[in-house]
Amino acid sequence: MNVLKSGSQAVRIEQDVVMARQTARKLAVEAGLRLVDQTKLVTAASELARNTVVYGRGGDMDWEILEDERRKGLRLTFRDQGPGIADMKLAMTDGWTSGSGLGLGLTGAKRLVDDFSVESAPGEGTRVMICKWT
Amino acid sequence: MERIPILRMGDFLLVTIQVDMHDELAITLQDDLSERISKTSARGVLIDISALDMVDSFIGRMIGTISGLSKIMDAETVLVGMQPAVAITLVELGLTLPGVITALNVERGMKLLRERVQAE
Repeated sequence: MNVLKSGSQAVRIEQDVVMARQTARKLAVEAGLRLVDQTKLVTAASELARNTVVYGRGGDMDWEILEDERRKGLRLTFRDQGPGIADMKLAMTDGWTSGSGLGLGLTGAKRLVDDFSVESAPGEGTRVMICKWT
Repeated sequence: MERIPILRMGDFLLVTIQVDMHDELAITLQDDLSERISKTSARGVLIDISALDMVDSFIGRMIGTISGLSKIMDAETVLVGMQPAVAITLVELGLTLPGVITALNVERGMKLLRERVQAE
């Protein structure tokens, strides 16, 4: 698998959530994702960027346009140095929220993409990776 | 401060969302709308989201809240113009907007509002 292009941008304040999804849209078009898949990835990015700002106290979004033998993809990684997720099983439950949201952020994002992974430990921040392929 | 305009058309209020909304803007719209419903005694609210290429759980929740809020204030809300890709994504996200009335476009939405208001 080759990385064709990569970069990073800050996700610190609410306005950065809008910037993150605009970047995700631009890159999804560039990677050649079809419209529905672009929309799914952008929506997942919006949920995760908001989590980074609200729960992670700000962080970054790394992006990579990938290519393997037969397809292209866009991978986004949201990183923060926040309090982390104490109970991953609970966090991955539909409708559960530690804040005031709907509890669809993590689980919803997972449903919208092809690859999903989350790493977190209390006090060590959170790292969520999503990827969508053509 | 940035605001989404609310237009008055007779008994109805028309909101056309044309910008990529950040969360605070969505909350401001919610507050502005409830105030305008109260001030104008509007019977219906039409929210046109045909220009939105994404609706996430936050915006979805805002739409649900506006719908519930206007109902309590004796006004109906109809959501119009959702793009197919947005609809597919919303359902997969797990947000089906229960209780929100939808129509395909502004014209049909307006017709639906008139019928519902007249039926009362």
